[in-house]
Formats: sequence, structure tokens, C-alpha cells
Amino acid sequence: MLEAVVFYILAAALLGFGLLVITRTNPIASALSMVGAFGALAALYALLQATLIAIIQILVYAGGIMVLVIFVIMLLNLHEEDLKPMKARAGTVLLSLLAVFGLVLGPVFLAVFPKGNWKWAALTNDFGSIFTVGEKVFSDYLFPFEMLSLLLLAAIVGALVLSKRKL
Amino acid sequence: MLSGENIVKSVSDLLHQLYAMVGLSAFKGVLDPIVAAHVMFGFISVFVMFLVWMERKVSAHMQSRIGPNRVGIFGLLQTVADAIKLTIKEDIKPVHRDKIPYYIAPIIAFVATFAGMVVIPFDKGMVVQDLNIGLLYIIAITSFTVIAILSAGWSSNNKFALLGGFRSAAQIVSYEVPLVLSLVPVIMMTGTLRLGGIVEYQSQNHWFVLYQFIAFFIFITSATAEANRAPFDIPEAESELIGGFHTEYSGVKFAMFFLGEYIAVIVSSAVAVTVFLGGWLPPFAFLAFVPGFIWFMIKLLLVIYLVMAFRWTFPRLRVDQLMDFGWKVLIPVAILNILVTGFCVLFFGKGV
Repeated sequence: MLEAVVFYILAAALLGFGLLVITRTNPIASALSMVGAFGALAALYALLQATLIAIIQILVYAGGIMVLVIFVIMLLNLHEEDLKPMKARAGTVLLSLLAVFGLVLGPVFLAVFPKGNWKWAALTNDFGSIFTVGEKVFSDYLFPFEMLSLLLLAAIVGALVLSKRKL
Repeated sequence: MLSGENIVKSVSDLLHQLYAMVGLSAFKGVLDPIVAAHVMFGFISVFVMFLVWMERKVSAHMQSRIGPNRVGIFGLLQTVADAIKLTIKEDIKPVHRDKIPYYIAPIIAFVATFAGMVVIPFDKGMVVQDLNIGLLYIIAITSFTVIAILSAGWSSNNKFALLGGFRSAAQIVSYEVPLVLSLVPVIMMTGTLRLGGIVEYQSQNHWFVLYQFIAFFIFITSATAEANRAPFDIPEAESELIGGFHTEYSGVKFAMFFLGEYIAVIVSSAVAVTVFLGGWLPPFAFLAFVPGFIWFMIKLLLVIYLVMAFRWTFPRLRVDQLMDFGWKVLIPVAILNILVTGFCVLFFGKGV
């Protein structure tokens, strides 16, 4: 009962912040709402007992990436006239809603709903704990994990090369 | 025996009897955290008032002055008077402010650091919630302060505030890296992120400050930088930036930033005490009759005194020196420390 109340509050907050992200003309306001959305999402994860994912969500997205995003927006030096509100046409809104539901949410619903009788496995004591996640990452998923770190390394080197070309 | 665990138990028994009397026993799960938050807030506000007084006394002592001595015994009520003054002050707002971020920033600055108190174990069992990823939680939740500082600097529509906000964000983001890296060797040795577990490990071995002195040094340095305190206080360097990101804040909103800054000092010092100085453990076994939370508070005050002594003895760093020190000294040393600790754990097994 209580969990449901908390869930709906968090879900409403998440959707509200999400709407604010795309409707604000001021990019700073959008970025701050995005931080709020990430916070709500992290709280939802925590509600599902996935505390590690929740913390990582805050640490990486709200704490790290969004700070960089806000930093970049502030350095862009935008002027009043760059920030005129866009006219929303009914057709565009309808089409994009259709596209979202048809291409993204629709297939998900189709994939999820036909399988009627769900069997809920009881959570084990160490579900989502740092031990289990670490064990999986360094055994079953070692190769993708290493590939990911290689990808990130390549991105860092690429960024350095692009920005320090005259060095 | 007087111990944190017994106090918590008797207080919560009393509370549950109280709930039963008013007929709210069903909402125990909701009411308990609310009560805990209020207790923590009361403790923190009084402690911060004491710390402000202590800071002024320490600085006075270092500069051969007397410090506050008019209001109350030893001037102890000076901060109370100041707090009352702050709350009844006129709230001056810049006309061209960015309204929502301007109002939200002080709230985030306070809440983000205050939330860190949740996992601090004052004594065995005397903790609001001993999360099993407590250390990571503190690091994550306190990183929200950057957003508060950035939006405060931006929304004030003032060039000094904006510059201060930028400097502060750059500084916090850079010093977050050595801060986290300095904690990694400890986690490698204990194999747990639960703060209570780290203290229990130290009760069987020595305190971590003996094994990991370099990590302790890196942690204290970067925690001072994270809290924007001198000698790393360039975000609010008053000689160049007036007041930095909170230039345009007055009254209660300024008080929130101020409170947040002191809570950040308390939280990072408490983490230093828990992780490196044995938390609630007595320094010698024969002193075990003194309750654990008293040991914790003694150590906490000592570490905070150390941080305050930094502020009044070192001159302020320049921006480039600050960045150089963070990226070229602290981070490589922290990584080397991890490497050496890794070899030690590998060859000598857990516990060195």
C-alpha cells in the first residue's frame, strides 16, 4: 500500500520533470529538471531494492554527467534571442507521440503482456549487492566489460586529440 | 551499561509506546524515519552552532585575539544570537534573478549534505540506516552540492557569483576523484562498503590510519577542498570574488548555504573518523568503559580541529596551483597507493 503511494509520487515526479526537460526554453532549467528526473529514477530503483543501481545513477548521472552538461550550457554564451519558444504544431506533437508509442512502447507492451502467468522469484538476500554485481562483471560479462572500458578509453583519447590539436 | 545501542533501543521502545498510546502503531515504518530525521536535524543544528563558535575561538587563538566572549559563558551563545539575526534579516533578492534555480539552490545545498548523515555510525548500532553501500552513498549524495553551487552562481545573475560557481564546480569535480580513489584501498582491504563493517574490521586489526596514512592525508586534503574551505576556498575568495556563489544571497538562504558548508565538514570528518580512525573504538583496550559515541565525538572534534587549523595556517592557493595539485599530485599518488595495496592484499592476504 505504502509502496504503491511512494511509487506513484515518484512516477509522477519523473514524468513531470521529463516534461519540463523538453518544454523549458531556458537550457539551464531543462538541465536542472533532468537532474530532478534522474533523482526520481534513482529513488524508483531504490524502491525496487536495487540500491547499488540507484546510487550509481545518482553518482554518475546526477553528480557527474549533468554537472558537465550544465557547465557546457553555461559556457555556450546563449543570448535572449536564441531562446525563443518553439511553436508546437498539433500535427508534429501527434506524430511524435504516435512514433513513441508505436515504435518504442508498443513493442515493449506486446512483448510483455501476452505472457500471462508470471512467476515472481523471491529476491535473494544479496540481490543487486555490490558482491553479486562485481562477480557477474568479472566473470560472465568480463569481455563486454573490458570492451566498454576500451571504448571509453578511445573516447577520452579522441577528445584529447580533437581539443589539443595544436599542442 | 551506557552504550549507543542501549540508548537507541530504549528511545525507540519509548517511541513505540507513544505511538501505541496515540493509536499510530500501524505507521511505525513511516514515523520512525521522520523522528530520526528530526533528531539528526536537532543534533546537527546545535553542533553546527558550536562549531561556528569553535572556529571563531580557534582563529582568535591563532591570531592572538580573544574571540567572542560577550554573549553567554565564553561567548558560547554568540552563534545563537547570530543565527537569530540571520533569520530576521531582510531577504534581499536581485531583480533579474532566475527564480526557480535561485530558490532551489540553498535547499539542495543543505539537503544534499544533510542526507549524508544517514549512514554515519556514531556507535555500534547508533546509526539511522547502516546501508551496505554506505560509503558509496555518502559520495553520491554529497555530489549534489555541485549542482546547488552551479545553479546559485548562475541564477544570481552576477558575474562574481557566476565565476565563483564555475570555480567551485571545477574544484569539486576535480577533487572528487582523489577523494574516491583514497577510499578504494580501504575497501579493498575490508571487502565491504558498510561503514559499520569497516569499523568492525578495525576492531580486529589496527586502525586504518596506520596502514593507509597516505590515503588518510589524501582524503583529508580533498575533503577540505570539497567543502570549499581555506586553503582551497578560491570559489569564495573574498578579495577577488566578494563572496563567490552566495554573493547575492542574504538572510535565511545564506544561512542554508552556511549550514550546508559546515555539515559538509562534519560529514567528511565523520567519514575520516569512521574509515581511518576506528570510529567508535577506544584507542586502548583498557579505555573500553567509556561509551563508544563519546570516543566518536572526541575523534570527530579532533579531525574538525585539524581542518580548522588548516584554514588559519595556510595561505589560499591560486586556481592553477589548485588544479595542478589535484590532478598532478593527489591523483597519481592515490592510484599508486591503490596499486601497492593491491599487491599487498594479493601476496599477504586480507588484512595485510
